[in-house]
Amino acid sequence: MGSTSAQNSEGLGRRDVIKRSAAIGLITVPTMSFLASCASSDSGSDKKVEKGKATEKNPLGVNASAPLDFVLFDGGFGTEYATDAVKQYEKAFPDAEVKFTPTQKIQSELQPRFNGGTPPDLIDNSGAEQMDMGVLVGKKQLADLTPLLDAPSVDDPAKKVRDTLRPGVVEMGQFDGDPVWILYYAYTVYGVWYSQTALDRLDAEYPEDWDAMLALCAKAKKQGIAGWTYAGKYPYYVPFSLYPFIGKIGGREVLDAIDNLEPNAWKHPAVKSAFEAYFELFKKGYILQGTPGLDHIQSQTAWTEGKALFIPNGSWVENEAAKTTPKDFQMKVAAPSSLDSSDKLPFGTLWASGGEPFVVPANAKNPDGGMEQLRIMLSEASSKNFTSKVKSLSSFNGGTDGLTLSTALQSGVDALAKAGANVLNPRLQDWYVALQKEKIGVGALGEMMAGRLTPAEAIKKCQEYADAAAKDTSIKHYKHQ
Amino acid sequence: MQHGKYRFIVGFLVFPLAIYALFVVWPFIQSIYYSFTDWTGLSPDFAMVGFDNYIRMLDDDTFWSSLQHSLTFALLLPVVVLGLALFFAFMLNVGGRSRKGAAISGVRGSSFYKIVYFFPQVLSIAIVALLFQFAYNPNSGAINSALGAVGLDSVKPEWLGDPKLALWCVMAVLVWSTTGFFVVLFSAGMASIPKDFYEAALLDGASRFTTFFRITLPLLWDTVQSGWVYMGILALGAESFAVVQIMTVGPGGPADSTNVLTLLVYQKAFRDGQAAYATTIGVALLIVTLAFAAIVMRLGRRERLEF
Repeated sequence: MGSTSAQNSEGLGRRDVIKRSAAIGLITVPTMSFLASCASSDSGSDKKVEKGKATEKNPLGVNASAPLDFVLFDGGFGTEYATDAVKQYEKAFPDAEVKFTPTQKIQSELQPRFNGGTPPDLIDNSGAEQMDMGVLVGKKQLADLTPLLDAPSVDDPAKKVRDTLRPGVVEMGQFDGDPVWILYYAYTVYGVWYSQTALDRLDAEYPEDWDAMLALCAKAKKQGIAGWTYAGKYPYYVPFSLYPFIGKIGGREVLDAIDNLEPNAWKHPAVKSAFEAYFELFKKGYILQGTPGLDHIQSQTAWTEGKALFIPNGSWVENEAAKTTPKDFQMKVAAPSSLDSSDKLPFGTLWASGGEPFVVPANAKNPDGGMEQLRIMLSEASSKNFTSKVKSLSSFNGGTDGLTLSTALQSGVDALAKAGANVLNPRLQDWYVALQKEKIGVGALGEMMAGRLTPAEAIKKCQEYADAAAKDTSIKHYKHQ
Repeated sequence: MQHGKYRFIVGFLVFPLAIYALFVVWPFIQSIYYSFTDWTGLSPDFAMVGFDNYIRMLDDDTFWSSLQHSLTFALLLPVVVLGLALFFAFMLNVGGRSRKGAAISGVRGSSFYKIVYFFPQVLSIAIVALLFQFAYNPNSGAINSALGAVGLDSVKPEWLGDPKLALWCVMAVLVWSTTGFFVVLFSAGMASIPKDFYEAALLDGASRFTTFFRITLPLLWDTVQSGWVYMGILALGAESFAVVQIMTVGPGGPADSTNVLTLLVYQKAFRDGQAAYATTIGVALLIVTLAFAAIVMRLGRRERLEF
């Protein structure tokens, strides 16, 4: 190298500057231009297909020959359940051409189409590249699914689709007011996950109150087994058992107040008791060593290897941890233990809610087709097909009769039955993603569970974060109805 | 010949300049324009909001902590990486014991080392980040297992889980993965420095230390300077984004201890549906990058040596 050819150092220097700043430009550009490239095309021209004639078989009045454009998130649930449902649609409307696109890159593929005003007719808006629902709703990009919910269900024309769904599903699809923007197709049970086999070895049952929980953890510790572990790198997994715990201690209103970003919502005594109970797990050394540095897979692996008894998680864990789960593990889920007898809600109260959010864009060409496809998916047969193929419950209430369920799935069904009406549905994670994940999750809960904040400090932080979000005019705010 | 020279040159330049304007300059202008709107990135409607995004940015603690981390990366990483790379390259090429027949030579096995140093460069940064994520696993990772093996069972840091260590852990990965490239780059540079200079210096009784600072470094200055700019861009841009996004708690945590500007741009645009605010941060990043380049050019300016 060296600069043998330099004759006029001044001139070359200047040229160098230009050359290098160009190089810098080239590299900085991607970080900016990828944003710019997709806006500023004119909004969609309203070219909806003509409505068909509503009949008993076709209550939504789908145009029988209109094409249907269906984009599915190709994730843990695969695509088979949806392709099976597409076949049903094609059978019902033989003239319709269905374009079915499975993808993992929901946002990269669909953002330009939303910006261009030509979105598909039905989207499973899920996965890491999920588009922010709050923004989509706020910007009026989604169609109201009320016609679908009020349509007769496939199995029983006397029953509306709305009445065939599990508790909380319709509510979850609402943001403010009556319109229902989202239909969650899968049904997730959150809670404390454990291995019955591991508990059997310790001669224990799942502890129904916190004293028993601490006693069991102490017993496990003597044998070198940790009580709890969690996804330390994504501490927003902790709320899966912590939030229903709070709701159980102080009642549904406490969680509603938190979701509504009410002033001093986090200062409620129930929050304090719940935080202190969890902090005690840390203080007494019941949390698996190194947990704050583990990601969700690593923590689940430590748990399936028997290094820890309990983990806060959702029902997808069965599929996700399948590879490392021993055959005799007997994975089960339970509702959070009671703190003491003064808890407002009984033992069994748990968090369950929809997963796999399906939406029909407002600018879709064939919105009726999209809704009809959903209606087909919400039939008992499709739901059974879903449950047996992907080992998860669907939003269709029932649909498990005659299927042999795994212990995990069966325990989820049992837990739901035990909970009855006491199913909680905290909304922070779908209303305020940044607040829930980055602020409360990582900033407060993660720090507290790692012992770097006391419960009082963590609560103070949560309240500050919530207040800041309540004041932030750049995000849309929602309230429980 | 002078007649029509400019028209001739312009004729050649029109096409590349047009492409440059379309794909580089235009997006810049567009992004700056969007930073004054409330565009969400998810719908074609937006309105002008003036300086709201900028005011919000100046008020955003996460932005300031990300800026601080990005600056730490841009200032510290080049020093460490280039320093290490210069040292290794010098040892590989000049640092060895003098042997018969050659005035200078590298340490024994230097050609082997050269290949080994280059290894990390072959791996994509995403794979490197994943590998280190396993190594940093506090529970069963390679590093803590090694600590356990030498009897340090009681010292088991949480690495990425500890806000005091996390940023350094990330930086160490970037050092590991980029040093090799610069070792090879500097080795090539050193190979083109005439051997006579070293012979003369050795005859005059110069130590290895002196030869490095009096001969190698001045003659290699141009390469070092380019490397500096390149490394700074890596540290501000894609490379730091990848490791932080893949490895860290949250990502960007714990407690915002590892967030960088590029990650913030990504999160605001693609997680929070606030594309306009993301472009505002992008503009800030642009300013930081230009300032960095200007400073490096300014500091690096010195007489060229000809040989």
